[in-house]
Amino acid sequence: MKPAPFDYVAPGTVAEALDVLAEAGGGATLLAGGQTLMPLLALRMSQPFILVDVNRIEGFRGISHTAESTRVAAGTRQAVALADAEMKGAQPVFNLALSHVGHYQTRNRGTIGGSVSLGEPAAEMPATAVALGAEIEIHSRDRGTRRVKADEFYLGPYMTVLEPDELVTAIHYPRWGADAVTVFREVAQRPGDFALVGLVGRVAIEGGKIARAGLAWFGMGPTPIKARQAEQALIGTALSDIDPRGIAELAIADTDPFTDHHATAHYRRTVGRRIFARTLGEALNIQQAAA
Amino acid sequence: MSEHAIEVTINGRPVSGRVEARKTLGDFLRVDAGFTGTHLGCEHGVCGACTVIVDGLAVRSCLMLAVQADGAEVTTIEGLAAEDGTFHPVQQAMRDNHALQCGFCTPGVVCTMAALTADDAKPSEDQLIAAMSGHLCRCTGYQGIRRAIRQLTGQPTGVAADHGEHA
Ligand SMILES: Cc1cc2nc3c(=O)[nH]c(=O)nc-3n(C[C@@H](O)[C@H](O)[C@H](O)COP(=O)(O)OP(=O)(O)OC[C@H]3O[C@@H](n4cnc5c(N)ncnc54)[C@H](O)[C@@H]3O)c2cc1C
Ligand code: FES
Ligand code: FES
Repeated sequence: MKPAPFDYVAPGTVAEALDVLAEAGGGATLLAGGQTLMPLLALRMSQPFILVDVNRIEGFRGISHTAESTRVAAGTRQAVALADAEMKGAQPVFNLALSHVGHYQTRNRGTIGGSVSLGEPAAEMPATAVALGAEIEIHSRDRGTRRVKADEFYLGPYMTVLEPDELVTAIHYPRWGADAVTVFREVAQRPGDFALVGLVGRVAIEGGKIARAGLAWFGMGPTPIKARQAEQALIGTALSDIDPRGIAELAIADTDPFTDHHATAHYRRTVGRRIFARTLGEALNIQQAAA
Repeated sequence: MSEHAIEVTINGRPVSGRVEARKTLGDFLRVDAGFTGTHLGCEHGVCGACTVIVDGLAVRSCLMLAVQADGAEVTTIEGLAAEDGTFHPVQQAMRDNHALQCGFCTPGVVCTMAALTADDAKPSEDQLIAAMSGHLCRCTGYQGIRRAIRQLTGQPTGVAADHGEHA
């Protein structure tokens, strides 16, 4: 057995889970799909006193839509969300991004809430939440419910605003309308690997002008990075006036990529610039001169 | 350190046991239940060798605790062939196409494809190849596995049908 010893509980309700978290005073860790936590336990990088398994909580799974938004319960399996045809129609870029999260086998256990809560900087789901303007629904026993905007949720690599007694119960994704174009591109070494560089978002066009833009990078800094300057430059601009390469420069200016054994920061910036210009140009159907 | 009584249906037969919370399903299958056909390679989710079928879905048994499998139905490589030893179609396709050498990765690969083709589901070649991204094979170079996938999806493999019998 590789993990260090721990106690295990599998509460049946959110209230019971919150009780355990509150009583444990920081010694408890939530176990959702386990596709990140189990490796961390095996490597003893995580050594909780109590493991709180959320997989038996009733009503912790499922997707529901209103006219304005889509609510994805935190425990929804990645494979289930990916196979949901209604979800694909309502949130096409979510579906596209999710198809790049790990493998068929890991998606069968991994959850949307686990991926969003973990805050891996190169992961697809946190950046998707940031790009789309999602809100994260959080519960604790002593302070009730709060909702945090995704772009205020991530503080650093694997660091979020979550307190040890808090549980993410759902993610709310605004609906962008069927006309909004999708922007997605990921460069990874193999299918299912974490991205070296990735870009995700949507752009809404009205009367030949950009009405709304939500764009975020993954693998390009300590957290998912909202491409604020690029979004602002796009909004209100006529399609005929958009220079994707100029916008890409603005988008790169907001990033803070790192060098690791997979790629240098310089590589990430160079590739990022290229995929941003090309992906945005293709999404908006803008002809560009060859680079 | 908590201990838990669990009951898991493995290959159609109920198996009960008492497990420490930290015991993975993979260790439980191999050490407690004796189904050593499930192979543990990396034990942290990367290689796919430990893949088994839990309630109809292929999952990594090193990334699931045994206690989480309480009440579940698990199928391992030992549970795929018929009682009389007739291979499961996935096993037959692997054999016909020389899709294994040392066999370490094979139980996991077979479980993935068996789950995806169960109940007469007809996954596409692309879907099966994409699912193979969850497995590492250090021997075959994957070409035999690709041919097995072509056989499973009803396409020509370029290998004579009786090849396996006389090799
Ligand atoms: C081989 C492999 C490849 C992978 N490739 C990718 C990839 O390309 N992209 C990618 O994004 N991911 C990838 N992953 C990780 C992905 O599969 C995980 O599913 C995801 O990172 C975590 O989700 P989980 O449900 O498995 O969470 P767990 O591993 O159970 O938990 C992760 C963390 O989140 C916390 N947590 C879980 N649920 C909640 C909640 N509701 N509220 C508060 N905190 C919570 C846990 O305490 C833990 O700290 C890969 C994993 C493997 C094994
Ligand atoms: S042993 Fe489970 S994935 Fe390698
Ligand atoms: S046959 Fe040896 S690892 Fe695949």
